[in-house]
Amino acid sequence: MTRHSTDRPTAQMTDHVIDHATDAPVGRHAGTVADGSKAAAAIEKARSEGRAALIGYLPAGFPDVQATIDAGIAMAENGMDLIEIGIPYSDPVMDGQVIQEATVEALANGFTVPQIFDVVEGITRSTDAAVLVMTYWNPVMRMGVRNFAERLKAAGGAGLITPDLIPDEAAEWLEASEELGLDRVFLVAPSTSPQRMQNTVDASRGFVYAVSVMGVTGARSSVGTAARAVVDAAHGAGAERVCVGLGVSSSAQVREIGAYADGVIVGTALVAALRDGGVAAVADLTRELSTGTPKASS
Amino acid sequence: MTDTHQGTGRDGAEAGAADAIDAGTAEAFLSHDQSLRHAPGPYFGSYGGRWMPESLIAALDELQDTFDKAKADPDFTAQVADLNKNYAGRPSLLTEAQRFAEHCGGVRVFLKREDLNHTGSHKINNVLGQALLAKRMGKTRVIAETGAGQHGVASATAAALLGLECVVYMGAEDTRRQALNVARMQLLGATVIPVTNGSQTLKDAINDALRDWVANVETTHYLLGTAAGAHPFPAMVRYFHEVIGEEARSQILEQTGKLPDAVCACVGGGSNAIGIFHGFLDDREVALYGFEAGGDGVETGRHAATITLGRPGVLHGARSYLMQDEDGQTMESHSISAGLDYPGVGPEHAYLADIGRANYEPITDAEAMEAFQLLSRTEGIIPAIETAHALAGAMKVGRRLAADLGPGEQASDRILIVNLSGRGDKDVATAAGYFDLLPDDSAEQEIAQEGEQL
Repeated sequence: MTRHSTDRPTAQMTDHVIDHATDAPVGRHAGTVADGSKAAAAIEKARSEGRAALIGYLPAGFPDVQATIDAGIAMAENGMDLIEIGIPYSDPVMDGQVIQEATVEALANGFTVPQIFDVVEGITRSTDAAVLVMTYWNPVMRMGVRNFAERLKAAGGAGLITPDLIPDEAAEWLEASEELGLDRVFLVAPSTSPQRMQNTVDASRGFVYAVSVMGVTGARSSVGTAARAVVDAAHGAGAERVCVGLGVSSSAQVREIGAYADGVIVGTALVAALRDGGVAAVADLTRELSTGTPKASS
Repeated sequence: MTDTHQGTGRDGAEAGAADAIDAGTAEAFLSHDQSLRHAPGPYFGSYGGRWMPESLIAALDELQDTFDKAKADPDFTAQVADLNKNYAGRPSLLTEAQRFAEHCGGVRVFLKREDLNHTGSHKINNVLGQALLAKRMGKTRVIAETGAGQHGVASATAAALLGLECVVYMGAEDTRRQALNVARMQLLGATVIPVTNGSQTLKDAINDALRDWVANVETTHYLLGTAAGAHPFPAMVRYFHEVIGEEARSQILEQTGKLPDAVCACVGGGSNAIGIFHGFLDDREVALYGFEAGGDGVETGRHAATITLGRPGVLHGARSYLMQDEDGQTMESHSISAGLDYPGVGPEHAYLADIGRANYEPITDAEAMEAFQLLSRTEGIIPAIETAHALAGAMKVGRRLAADLGPGEQASDRILIVNLSGRGDKDVATAAGYFDLLPDDSAEQEIAQEGEQL
């Protein structure tokens, strides 16, 4: 659980330090690094290097399961701190054209939901990257929330990002994730009220996903000023880690957002790279994006 | 129900009425003097709620707040009543169908004539109310989804009347098959956007409307056409359709001196059904029947019988019965009626089904088309194919009632009301194709052969 503080926490704060020698987080806050949050650990590791975390999204099974594993490993090896793997779903209301087309193709190629665990395991077996699953809620509900959570845990997954599940409806998931130590990344948006911001920050574990613009996924030339306001509001509500997604496609945008957010999420641009140039293009784009989150020179 | 889920994190008061009953039966409900009427949401038992992106929650809150205040504002209710009377043509008639009744076991059959409303269906009740709310919220633009075009036409009509910009999302295939309805919407000043995503059906039109809404929520109200979706839509859409049941109840009392034995309606998302059911929910002696689209037959897998064969899940913002595969992917529905061709159903129906207060049964395409022809020929009323499902169901219910008479009772002692939710003008090409009435090589025949959702 996150702390209620109006100060933006930093790695310099003494109550929240990671011992990098042993990679064992120490601290007093439940539900964060000290509690074994893999997402929090990945972001704090980046923070300790003086930079924002870079987070990359790809849908599972596009164009097939092995390609997703290979692309996930390539992302991890080329500078991605955290990896999001999406479950292709029949009704992705938060996704724009590029991701819709990729997930339609994944489903047409025979992707089934349990294969998400093969993808997660395939990536976590070969890399140290934290792997989150991004999913619309019905596939989880259909498998059973507890069952899904246990299988995700067993596969080495960090937790879930839930674009159409708000904390108000998340009782089962809150319970399962708490018990299993899985991250639960809820979204906040420019339209989120102060009260909902507080509730959502309190319910999140790992980080809070700040939606940069009112809209669906897809590359945009500029991310706009709303993103910064959302990040500031989330920090103000006590979130220790706030990452910005939607519309980010270039290292320049990564740099701009990384100046005020704790992590930057890229999706559509990576999906387009995989579509057009395969795993090599994903690796190239990851390297390019990571120049937007340079390690501190001093 | 074994698969239940109760959302938490809201005020106990909001879910209170439902919680008090738990998983009891309708008998338990009513013996405790609990009313089933005016259920406020967000939950109907374990159904309903808000399974929606956070980006849209503020808009849903604003809508709920505006709706709650409007309901309590005499100016608003007077405005709705005035439009209903002087624009839509309410109250709609209650017509006894004596010749059709001969095919229903001889019970008396009354038709609630929503087909006589302006734009030809019950849909006008909801669009007028929501368009007024959009104006109250200062929104200048409404968006809507449509299958065959009935709700799209109604939305375009309300937008024209109230000076709102209107954009209608419609599956690309449907826009071609329903070229005349597209033209109708355009004549009314609306923009029709063909949806090429996903399966290009009604559910994908809803997906695209939601994507539009997320991006334009400052200026735009999503005028959802059925009693489904995230709170407050199910309770709000029902509210605007409650007039159907209220009128029907007083009309049947006036014409026969008693309540009906059963009320029949078709169910896609379920807006006309919940509207007429609402008038009788607390009259436990009145049986309520919802008829779903059985398509080619529920055993074929090609149907839209969501409550009959679906299982609980979340789609488009509400937890309810859902046609889904073992992975939780939404399945494609099939029906000769575009208006019933939806893989979900409103959450209040899911609840009424679970507690046993309403019964839901499938009607096949063939049964519906038989009833379609029968009503046309016996009463001089061409019903919408959606409505024909309710008529086919009424034939079954009437025969059952007639077969179950007590000593000294006659079939004519039994009374059925059917919600005649819409007129069939829009379905003439489909029906003409179905009954092989079109000359070879005619343009209409070519269209009619192309699909089920004409």
